[in-house]
Amino acid sequence: MSQVAGFLRGRRAWAAAWIVPVSALLLAAPYLFDPFQTLTLTYGLIAAIGALGFNLLLGYTGLLSFGHSAYFGTGTYAVAFLVKYLKITSMELLLAGSVLASAIVSVLFGYVCVRYTRIFFGILTLALSQVLWSLAFKFFWVTGGTDGLRVPTPKLLGLAPTDDKIEFLAHRYYYYVLAIFAACVLIMWVVVHSPFGKALQAIRDNETRAEFIGIRIRRYRLIAFVISGIFTGLAGALWGPLNGLASPDILVWTFSGEIVFMTVLGGFTTFVGPIIGAVAFTYLKTYAVGFTVYWQLLLGTVLLVLVLALPTGITGTIQQAAARLRRSI
Amino acid sequence: MGVYAIHVLNALLYSSVLFLIAGGLSLIYGVMRIVNLAHGNLYALGAFVTAWAVGRAAEAGAPNAVLFALLPVGAIAAAAVGAVIESTLLRPFYKRAEEYQLLMTFGLLMILEDLIRLVWGPNPLTATNVYAALGSISIGGDRYPGYNLVIIAVGFLAAVFLRGFIYRTKFGVLLRATSQDKRMASALGVNVNRIYLQAFTLGCFMAGLGGAVVVPSQSAVLGMGVDALVLAFIVVVIGGLGSLEGALAGALIVGFVREAGVTWFPEIELAVLYLIAALVLLVRPAGLFVRASR
Repeated sequence: MSQVAGFLRGRRAWAAAWIVPVSALLLAAPYLFDPFQTLTLTYGLIAAIGALGFNLLLGYTGLLSFGHSAYFGTGTYAVAFLVKYLKITSMELLLAGSVLASAIVSVLFGYVCVRYTRIFFGILTLALSQVLWSLAFKFFWVTGGTDGLRVPTPKLLGLAPTDDKIEFLAHRYYYYVLAIFAACVLIMWVVVHSPFGKALQAIRDNETRAEFIGIRIRRYRLIAFVISGIFTGLAGALWGPLNGLASPDILVWTFSGEIVFMTVLGGFTTFVGPIIGAVAFTYLKTYAVGFTVYWQLLLGTVLLVLVLALPTGITGTIQQAAARLRRSI
Repeated sequence: MGVYAIHVLNALLYSSVLFLIAGGLSLIYGVMRIVNLAHGNLYALGAFVTAWAVGRAAEAGAPNAVLFALLPVGAIAAAAVGAVIESTLLRPFYKRAEEYQLLMTFGLLMILEDLIRLVWGPNPLTATNVYAALGSISIGGDRYPGYNLVIIAVGFLAAVFLRGFIYRTKFGVLLRATSQDKRMASALGVNVNRIYLQAFTLGCFMAGLGGAVVVPSQSAVLGMGVDALVLAFIVVVIGGLGSLEGALAGALIVGFVREAGVTWFPEIELAVLYLIAALVLLVRPAGLFVRASR
């Protein structure tokens, strides 16, 4: 009995117990599910990249941004602009361009925002994201206004897209996104477990003490902000060809609210929380929208229940339940 | 000359409505330290309720005086909904991190948005009878709708009353005491829960009043709440969250800049407003009318 308990206590074993089957499932998904499911999963993985970036600020640095639509939208619009005005068709170049664009925007916005914390940080990020939204909305001769810009399917690794668009998106594009997702998870894992990541957590837990041990708070926050913005921008870039359209809807502040929602749904206190939350939110929203025109009512109620009853989200609640289980063994 | 007078009146009209929304938002933040993301939806609720009530009464052939008397119905409805929200959903959260309060009100935003759609359907509602009843007046040779002057007057009166309320009544003293130091006020025997309930209800009443007075001049549409909230944010960021004078000054600045923007630089009108807000935050982070001591 004690051997079983010892095994259950081993975190490594726990991790392996779910990472292996989940990876296998993700790799086999296009062959197991119909294209609609695979596409929804692709949306979920893309949202997960964005939420992962967002959570570097919320979960690890303790800053609640209500303006991450700005970086997501910058990523998508960068792709749309590069396709429309420079006729670039290679996805790798498009991604590089949108990473650069979201890095520039997040450096500019971050420089202003990281002077503040708490509610002022939230409102400032929101106000700045709305600047971009209003520009995309009003400069219709550049951005297409509310109609948006079309984003055609690009070349992946130099290979032209196949004729069947759904087939292309549900297979090649899915694996392309999956590979980038895996790389992002790895990079973010390294970042949050590096001395830099530990310093961010120190700032989150006690700003004054962190400053006393020599951490340059504002600079660290800015770097975290920029990394966060780049991840979210990358998610926006991948979202472009999948959705086929860049429109101001992804820049408006309620979209930032959805990013916050998915992160809290999964649980911002854990590393995998935002990933699970993003996939769960994507499915929830897809089915809620298909099920009723009052999907906002449904999602809003879910959010209220979540905040009232399960403030640590899906992963936090599971963790607590697991801890209770382990204690009882 | 007349055209400038009309620009000024339009700016004041806009400022009045913005003050009603942003003043309530600021009051709630000042007392309770909650940024109510659902505030715009209470404004929308006020507009829908008033438009519905006026529309029904007009169908039944009620005289214009009755229609005017029905205008505040929307404000009362918004206040009632606010009272319910505060006592059931917000009260458990005062001890938790403010992120949760923000999420809570975001959830409320989504719910209220769809409840309005559920009750009144997707089509716009209007209350044009009230608007038409006052006809138009002549300003420097140009016609100007008389009802717009009512909106300006309501905004002005609300500012005057609110100021009197907060600085001249006992309730105002308790409100300010709670705002400055909640624990101390509580220790001195102030029923903080009741003050919170009253402050939130009053804030929602103002938002509802904004919607109620604006609806005869423009129709109540879905999504009006979210749009209004963002502008109210700009107002409170410029004036300072928690300051009523700030909300008034911010509303005037936004009102005039917006009117100028619509006339002379329509493409970047919104962007200019956001940039002003960002600039104010950079120079005076707590807003123009709040000392940055907190």
